[in-house]
Amino acid sequence: MNIHIPTPLRTFSDKKDTVIVNATTVGEALDALTEKHPDLRKHLYSEEGKLRSFVNVYLNDEDIRYLPERESTRVSEKDALSIIPSIAGGR
Amino acid sequence: MLKLNGQIYDAIRRHGEETYPHECCGVLLGRSAGEANKVEDAIRAGNTRTDSAHNRYNIAPQELVKIQRVGRERGLDIVGFYHSHPDHPAQWSQTDFAEAHWLGCSYVITAVEKGVAQQTNSFLLTGTTEEDKAFMTEQITVERFDSAELSIELAVERCR
Repeated sequence: MNIHIPTPLRTFSDKKDTVIVNATTVGEALDALTEKHPDLRKHLYSEEGKLRSFVNVYLNDEDIRYLPERESTRVSEKDALSIIPSIAGGR
Repeated sequence: MLKLNGQIYDAIRRHGEETYPHECCGVLLGRSAGEANKVEDAIRAGNTRTDSAHNRYNIAPQELVKIQRVGRERGLDIVGFYHSHPDHPAQWSQTDFAEAHWLGCSYVITAVEKGVAQQTNSFLLTGTTEEDKAFMTEQITVERFDSAELSIELAVERCR
């Protein structure tokens, strides 16, 4: 399946905007991504191993935090994961 | 340096006037080339902070996913974001800094005073991690059709 990497994290994915991994669940896909590109790990996860609060991961158009089975959600080759840091602010 | 054409520059500023007294927000699609983020399109986004839209903005991640998809289909990347500061200077705030996570991207801020766009500034989010990130004022170059270039020179200063 494809994992789409946002511009700021491509420094850590050998400049790739999309990384292809073999996985059967969301969790496996993220593990495969950080195995291929270990430098991504600290940018995605806190020291406790949880996704950083400002890092959003979408399975197609669904936030994985709100999927009933979260990281255990099954995926197929046609699915895509998108990593999207949040964007917010104000005066 | 942030490069964009006059139409896009004007559209960003007009968006801030239209949403006044609320903050507008949007995404800049384009390409990073060397030291410059070259903008090819500005995509308007909704401000989900309806509870405090006069001084806060947030773009729904789902909307970002869709915009990133549109960009990919057009061969463009997300190279920056814009928002407005109603009745407030075009300077980044502590909230802007704390919520900025797109390293290497440009954050454009337009001051809108009494509904009229004033100063527009751009800040490049530099650094390699959350721990060493910093905003740097960057030059905005607006390419007009009728003239070679209108360049707005801004002092580059490193600020945290």
